[in-house]
Amino acid sequence: MIRSARFWSWIAFGAGLLYFFLPLIGMFEFSLRAKRGEYSFLAYERVLGDPQFQQTFLYSVVMALFTIVWGVFLVTPTAFWVRLKMPKLRPYIEFITLLPLVIPPIVIVFGYIRLYNTSSFLPLTGSALGTDILLMFGYAVLALPYMYRAVDTGLRTIDVGTLTEAAQSLGAGWITIMARVVLPNVLVAVLSGAFLTFAIVIGEYVFAALLNRPAFGPYMVWMGGNKAYEPAALAVIAFTITWACMGLIQLATRFSKHERAKR
Amino acid sequence: MAFLDLTHLEKTFGANRVVKDFSLGVAQGEFVSLLGPSGCGKTTVLRMVAGFEQPTTGSIRIDGQDVTGAKANARNIGMVFQAYALFPNLTVAENVAFGLRVKGVPRAERDARVTEMLRLIGLPDLGARFPFQLSGGQQQRVALARALAPRPRVLLLDEPLSALDAKIRVSLRTEIREIQKELGITTIFVTHDQEEALSMSDRIVVMNGGIADQVGSPFDIYNRPTTRFVANFVGTLNTFDARVENPETGTVTLGGVSMTLAEGSLSARKGDTVAIALRPEALHLGRTEGRETVLPARIEAVHFMGSVIRLRADIGGTKVSLDTFNRADQPPPAVGSAMEISVSGRDAIVLRG
Ligand SMILES: Nc1ncnc2c1ncn2[C@@H]1O[C@H](COP(=O)(O)OP(=O)(O)O)[C@@H](O)[C@H]1O
Ligand SMILES: [Mg+2]
Repeated sequence: MIRSARFWSWIAFGAGLLYFFLPLIGMFEFSLRAKRGEYSFLAYERVLGDPQFQQTFLYSVVMALFTIVWGVFLVTPTAFWVRLKMPKLRPYIEFITLLPLVIPPIVIVFGYIRLYNTSSFLPLTGSALGTDILLMFGYAVLALPYMYRAVDTGLRTIDVGTLTEAAQSLGAGWITIMARVVLPNVLVAVLSGAFLTFAIVIGEYVFAALLNRPAFGPYMVWMGGNKAYEPAALAVIAFTITWACMGLIQLATRFSKHERAKR
Repeated sequence: MAFLDLTHLEKTFGANRVVKDFSLGVAQGEFVSLLGPSGCGKTTVLRMVAGFEQPTTGSIRIDGQDVTGAKANARNIGMVFQAYALFPNLTVAENVAFGLRVKGVPRAERDARVTEMLRLIGLPDLGARFPFQLSGGQQQRVALARALAPRPRVLLLDEPLSALDAKIRVSLRTEIREIQKELGITTIFVTHDQEEALSMSDRIVVMNGGIADQVGSPFDIYNRPTTRFVANFVGTLNTFDARVENPETGTVTLGGVSMTLAEGSLSARKGDTVAIALRPEALHLGRTEGRETVLPARIEAVHFMGSVIRLRADIGGTKVSLDTFNRADQPPPAVGSAMEISVSGRDAIVLRG
């Protein structure tokens, strides 16, 4: 009885594995066939050697880093303040941070373009730098659900209220409290939020395309429409990046659990 | 004027009056305990002094300076919490140095002060450890050092020993008190543990429902409680209803037996009923020298506690506790046996309210 249950669960597991990996294996196999009649990494060489790949990828990495910094800067004090002063509002704030998951990015970006176009009160789209800033805001919104949850989880592991009061009684003001008490203690949690943000920004298409910025997402789409083997190679590369991020999240959370267990 | 002056403090949360007309003067270097059951407003008083809560009305003065509206981080008050509240990302030495760094004390001076503080709390070698590598008692000592390092004007402790094991709790009492005396720092200590309050304090404020019920030395609070609440909360107590026979001579009857109370303790009229209280150690088994009042009793329970035997007895319908010392040559009385209990009217406490 138990043996057959185990047997069936293995079957289900195997089926799931096949369902997930077969297309990937197929894609990988296809990406190796750029040279007629033999397997080679030619498609990869072409992709990695393409200056446009290098430029768009670099652009997106830089954008991701800025988005992470901005997100941490925005979310950490907010989550801290909500926990400390307005715990009753927490469910509502949490709901608001979930909104980007249900509002399509296209709606958000059209809203941005309407609000910040060249004839508006704040013509951000008028310059490349302005548009980059707008794009970063947009990315931060997309990352909000993950970032907020990550930071909030980090705050849960410390007694925010008492630590704040302890610091205040020692003469500390809000900036010292944020910099020396709150941030260092949620850093590990922030890290997992940061890797997710990185993965999101690297793959994002809608914002970058509609704001017409040279990001990695639009490059992938363009490549898919114009080449045969390279898109498969690019997809494998993109997958690898995402998985590396997930692996780093795993590492970060394991590290944080270790920290908590020690406490 | 006292060094720390709390005048007519009141605090309401919504419709809930948590602290009512609380006034207290604490002399410089004095150790005062706020003692009372959970929820009576002790922490709220302390938090108002620290600046974490704003009093609804009333004022707080430290060394003549009104700090009622001052921010918590501008009061220079040290605070120790029940849950230690050490910064988990900082080492012991960095924790102790925190207040000094905020103040901008130069590095060399800071290091010297940290070393001095760690020596004071008896942990000179643990500066490089992190809080999670310390026991509860060690963490709380570090918290004390951290609070004291910036030389605060007042030290506040909110049930600092409640989270610790019984043994450490008792030894830390002495240690905290010694450090407090050595530094001569004005201290308010909050506890719900009467033993702690009695053994550590210069003065005790017994709180009940947001009110300071009685303020006095540990000796006074224990031996001369003025309200039924204080009498019951501090130590074990037997209360009797007595009828006043002669207010001048202080004569009352207790279950038909007459008893003469200490002079001037009675302010009632003849025929009134007054509540009088007797500590377990004031009741004696059998007739004894100097205890003129003899009450008939029936033994209901015997608790052998080692050197002391605590008995439960029934005196004319009133249940009482009394203590007697263990004697190897004399077994304790049997449950159900009839005994005589002798007391002295001078040991009786007349309760008001
Ligand atoms: N921030 C607050 N909001 C509402 N009620 C509170 C708040 N803080 C304390 N109280 C209430 O005030 C009363 C006294 O609390 P507290 O001062 O913590 O008592 P103690 O320290 O003596 O146990 C309790 O009934 C508690 O529920
Ligand atoms: Mg309390």
